[in-house]
Amino acid sequence: MFVARAANILHADLDAFYASVEQRDDPDLRGRPVIVGMGVVLAASYEAKAHGVRTAMGGRQARRLCPDAVVVSPRMSAYSAASEAVFEVFRQTTPLVEGISIDEAFLDVGGLALISGSPADIAARLRREVLRKVGLPITVGVARTKFLAKVASAVAKPDGLLVVEPDREQEFLHPLPIERLWGVGEKTAVKLRRRGIMTVGDIALVPERSLAAIVGPAAGRHLHALATGRDPRRVVVGVRRHSIGSQHALGHRSRTPAELDAVVVGIIDRVTRRLRAARRVARTVVLRLRFGDYTRATRSHTLAEPTSHTGQLLTVARSLVAAVGPTIEQRGLTLVGVALSNLEDDDPLQLPLPIDRHGGAALDATIDDVRDRFGTRAVTRAVLLNRDEALVMPMLPD
Amino acid sequence: MKFRLDRDVLAEAVAWTARTLPNRPTVPVLAGLRIDASDTQVTFSSFDYEVSGRVSVEADVADGGTVLVSGRLLADIARSLPNKPVDLHADGSKVTITCGSARFTLLTLPVEEYPDLPSMPDSSGTVDGTVLAEAVTQVAVAAGRDDMLPTLTGIRIEIEGETVTLGATDRYRLAVREFTWNPGTPDISAVALVPARTLVDAAKTLGPAGQVTLALGTGSQDSLLGLAAGGRHTTSRLIDGEWVPNYRRLFPAETATVARVEISALVESVKRVALVAERNTPVRLAFDEGQVVLEAGSGEDAQASEALPAEVQGPAIATGFNPGYLLDGLQALGTPFAHLSFTDTPLKPVVIQGVASLEAEPDGGYRYLAMPIRLSG
Repeated sequence: MFVARAANILHADLDAFYASVEQRDDPDLRGRPVIVGMGVVLAASYEAKAHGVRTAMGGRQARRLCPDAVVVSPRMSAYSAASEAVFEVFRQTTPLVEGISIDEAFLDVGGLALISGSPADIAARLRREVLRKVGLPITVGVARTKFLAKVASAVAKPDGLLVVEPDREQEFLHPLPIERLWGVGEKTAVKLRRRGIMTVGDIALVPERSLAAIVGPAAGRHLHALATGRDPRRVVVGVRRHSIGSQHALGHRSRTPAELDAVVVGIIDRVTRRLRAARRVARTVVLRLRFGDYTRATRSHTLAEPTSHTGQLLTVARSLVAAVGPTIEQRGLTLVGVALSNLEDDDPLQLPLPIDRHGGAALDATIDDVRDRFGTRAVTRAVLLNRDEALVMPMLPD
Repeated sequence: MKFRLDRDVLAEAVAWTARTLPNRPTVPVLAGLRIDASDTQVTFSSFDYEVSGRVSVEADVADGGTVLVSGRLLADIARSLPNKPVDLHADGSKVTITCGSARFTLLTLPVEEYPDLPSMPDSSGTVDGTVLAEAVTQVAVAAGRDDMLPTLTGIRIEIEGETVTLGATDRYRLAVREFTWNPGTPDISAVALVPARTLVDAAKTLGPAGQVTLALGTGSQDSLLGLAAGGRHTTSRLIDGEWVPNYRRLFPAETATVARVEISALVESVKRVALVAERNTPVRLAFDEGQVVLEAGSGEDAQASEALPAEVQGPAIATGFNPGYLLDGLQALGTPFAHLSFTDTPLKPVVIQGVASLEAEPDGGYRYLAMPIRLSG
């Protein structure tokens, strides 16, 4: 397999993205601890992080840690716009951009040496451009593999640049704690630490077979490869999704069936719009549930023909919810999610008969159009009126 | 309870009644088959809250009574008995079946826990059994099979005076069959949505018995459809919910091109060409003067094509279909030739009807409509 020999891969990651956008747009917030999210912390500025505030922390805990923090409501459309502008800078840097999420991407700059200079020069210029054009700090890690580039950016944060030259990889990687490796979560970390394996360097010293005995064969192979700097994954442009989904945390308050239905309607509305925007159709609807006791359940249903029709997919989702109704009533529900999978291109497509009284594909297309032009809230379903708007995280186009 | 029956009579009655028994009953007694004996008659019945079946036969009844026994077991036993008179004797918690030198003892189920069978609604009219069986089979091919979308798993029965119209659709095709019957009252008007599976089974098993009585219970009588013929009764619950509103609008108002093709040749050709059609990809049909060219597959994969003679009137048209949907319609026609009518766009449905010859006009009795597969480029 081809493995790049030079440090050609950039991992670019915006710093405290939501909070940075807030500080950019409100000079009063600059230099001060900022928390985005009135409830759960969605993002914290580095000033707030210095006090121990972390993403996904409860709001009360965050304010206790950092009483001086300014708490602001999220402005998702501002983040979407900022992300788009940053990705535009990425694409001007190189056509090989693999978006990971709204605020991070891998860029392959191999082969640009004559046009744009060394990867280190390109990375430095990228950081300047993002700051000049979008006004946001961004950290870039540069290395020979995706994994190393990502670790480099994590180490260089905030507002930093770190190039890991191929001959200095081990020197860089081996002192790092094992948690830096992709795939090492809490449980794996405990298993490894119990055997005295504390750093990435320790893992590199363990034979792969012994590692497999501790964490299992697949994870063993994976960790050994990463620890020894092997990561043959390339930067891939336009990776196609296997599913399109969205979920909604419900908290512990019990919901009436009508409230739950409204949540499901909202989710289906969002995911079917994304499905159509990606010009795809789905055959399978997957319902994911987390009950009051935090146990989880998944239910799915596959249709005879794929579709992107909101009404039809909603009918299926509702039937799936109805089938678990008794369990929900018994145990409560803390999270509901819907994913559309078994995705196919919408061409060729088995056309349906227009059997629905209330518009079919034509209604969907019209509503998509209105929302594209006038915003998502320009037209909405009656059941969703006056409900707490579900916080829709901005994301990369599908 | 004690009675004697001919082996074949017992086996047929039990087999028909037991065929709708649930495999995994929600309540154990629903796996039971109820036997009532009185005077000169024995009645076998089954019920799973959706479908009920009841057969009454003449018998030598020594003692009347009612018992409930495992339906599957009784059906298996009855089918295997030697061809001799069968004696059935219930005593306490046991039922003894003797036939020749064979002897079976079955435990009874608690008949007092068995639900009351719905009573057969009043007769709405009668229809020739073969006509009913054919009509139901013809529309059932288009019925949906997805229980998550229950209204589409039904066959819609519409009665207007002497005309009965059956319709079914799974959203991708629609089959409609009209036939005449003998209504109980000349101005009868009724609509019902019946599970297709149940109706197919009932029409097939009752059809050969001659005239079938149709009974639509609405209003105070729980909404039920009853079918009866030759001593057999079956009732089915109706499906709640609205079927396709105003379905007649789905048939295109205009026809641009009409093609007539021999069905057996077309069916064979579609099957052959479809061998290279990947899932979700169409068999393409191009109708032009005097012929239809069938094609499937793409340049990147395997390809197939075949030309057949066809009587084509109107502008040339090319469009693609799911081969399975096309075959379902063609094979349901029951005539030597198919009459296909197209609009001027390949995005609109084709209407397929059966005709007796290349010159004949369709009588509109059975119409099968199939939506095409859209292909860009």
